Amino acid sequence: MQKNDQADKFIIPIGPQHPALKEPGHFEFTVDGEIVTGATIRLGYVHRGIEKATESRTWVQNLYLLERVCGICSHIHATAYCLGVERLAGLSVPPRAQAIRELVVELERIHSHMLWLGVAAHEAGFDTLFMYSWRDRETVMDILEGLTGNRVHYSANILGGVKIDVDAEQTKTILQGVDFLEKRTHHYLDVVTTDSAFVQRTAGIAVMSKAVAEHFGAVGPTARASGVTQDIRIDAPYLAYEDFPVEIVLDTAGDLKARFVVRVQELFQSYQVIRAILDKLPAGELAVTMPRRIKENETISRVEAPRGELFYYLKSNGTDKPERIKIRTPSICNFGTVPALAAGHQLADMPMILAGIDPCFSCNDRMVTIHRPADDSQTWTWEMLRQYGISYYREKER
Amino acid sequence: MSINLEKTFQDALEQVKTWARTNSPWLIHFNSGSCNGCDIEILATLTPRYDLERFGVKLQGSPRHADILICTGPVTRQARERLLRVYEQMPEPKYVVAVGSCAISGGVFQGCYNVIGHIDQVIPVDAYVPGCPPRPEAIIDGVIKLLKSLEAQEQTA
Repeated sequence: MQKNDQADKFIIPIGPQHPALKEPGHFEFTVDGEIVTGATIRLGYVHRGIEKATESRTWVQNLYLLERVCGICSHIHATAYCLGVERLAGLSVPPRAQAIRELVVELERIHSHMLWLGVAAHEAGFDTLFMYSWRDRETVMDILEGLTGNRVHYSANILGGVKIDVDAEQTKTILQGVDFLEKRTHHYLDVVTTDSAFVQRTAGIAVMSKAVAEHFGAVGPTARASGVTQDIRIDAPYLAYEDFPVEIVLDTAGDLKARFVVRVQELFQSYQVIRAILDKLPAGELAVTMPRRIKENETISRVEAPRGELFYYLKSNGTDKPERIKIRTPSICNFGTVPALAAGHQLADMPMILAGIDPCFSCNDRMVTIHRPADDSQTWTWEMLRQYGISYYREKER
Repeated sequence: MSINLEKTFQDALEQVKTWARTNSPWLIHFNSGSCNGCDIEILATLTPRYDLERFGVKLQGSPRHADILICTGPVTRQARERLLRVYEQMPEPKYVVAVGSCAISGGVFQGCYNVIGHIDQVIPVDAYVPGCPPRPEAIIDGVIKLLKSLEAQEQTA
């Protein structure tokens, strides 16, 4: 993402297979002793070509493909896609279905944030917190499994509604689980703000001002920890967020500690919303019938994934397959901040800085087109591109 | 009757090696294009509820220390070279477990332009764990079955 031409500096390559994260990404840190002076990130190891593949699958098949863009926030991808397709087809989804979707979205946010808390604590060498948070995370995994039948890819959505219902017994289990998790979350908030060894690793590290966050277009909890007031659930309510609202969680410190605090505080918002939904779950149908073909149209769909704003662009062409689907995930927005924040920190802080944005490589590895200003445009012929490729790789070998 | 001391010693050494290997295998995990679902379930196997470590299994960072390679996801064109390199860096004897539908068949990503296919088109696989994603219990079962088969191989050899 950032070109580094300082040939005389010592470069430490890390990845794509590396012990810190479970996903492949290649990093090159330029170091001066222990201090990092520059960082280069190479992504794309898990680029599979999903956007193109959607064009050869039907609207219904794409639901299951797009759910597998990311294994951590799978439901939110399916929800964003469903909301878009339903708008294209002009369907009005029953309120009960929307409320159940929101319920699963918030349960998924709990699972995602607790997963992140554990992984980030592991990067800091605080394995006790990793084990505790993952132990407690099993509670929400059990709830999701009881509700939808699967631990990871829930497949709760269908086009036009949901395929699961919540009965009285499930309500009781969910409320019990949420009570337990809330108690534990108070403990985690206490740990991340007061444990002296942990605070030394997070307080004042990788400070990102509001201006920097806005410059790089950071989204989600990463941006909110720097004081950027942006949350799609509040700015442009979707699903049932108008009836069951959340409050924005902000911090102005902008350091790693703030990112921990914001994510842990967001858990309380999720607990409160889940209780509100279960208390006043609207009665009615679960789904409406979806037509097979959708007439030519285009739309966008914005939702708040656990990592930030998730954006879908959908275009239909009158057949049972989409013309174009474009996905913009939160991780790619946040990744730009990492090289900027890395400089000046110790090499040992790098895993923490990276984990601080909650990176998700499988979401992230999409094609990106950089739009240059009009006066800077160039036309490259095939031969010019070929020559550029040859000289680029020659340069790299040297 | 003459006793081949050299052979007896070699057999005993082999037995000790198999005993050590099956009682404390070290794993390495490589994601060659997975959606993350299998990866978080592999991580979940190490955490208190499932606790894979009670079988002496340890998740390891370096391929040079590992006995078993756990692969997730279909193989993308970018990751193929790296997957081969990780496999080649592992010392013999080495085993591969393919976790998840994508690792077994390409799964939902079949036909994507940047996906070559499944794991055993690139490296040999010893055990397959199906599921999208497999439950942590299934992953543990897969690893234990592989270890059991190693013990059985040793007894017949």
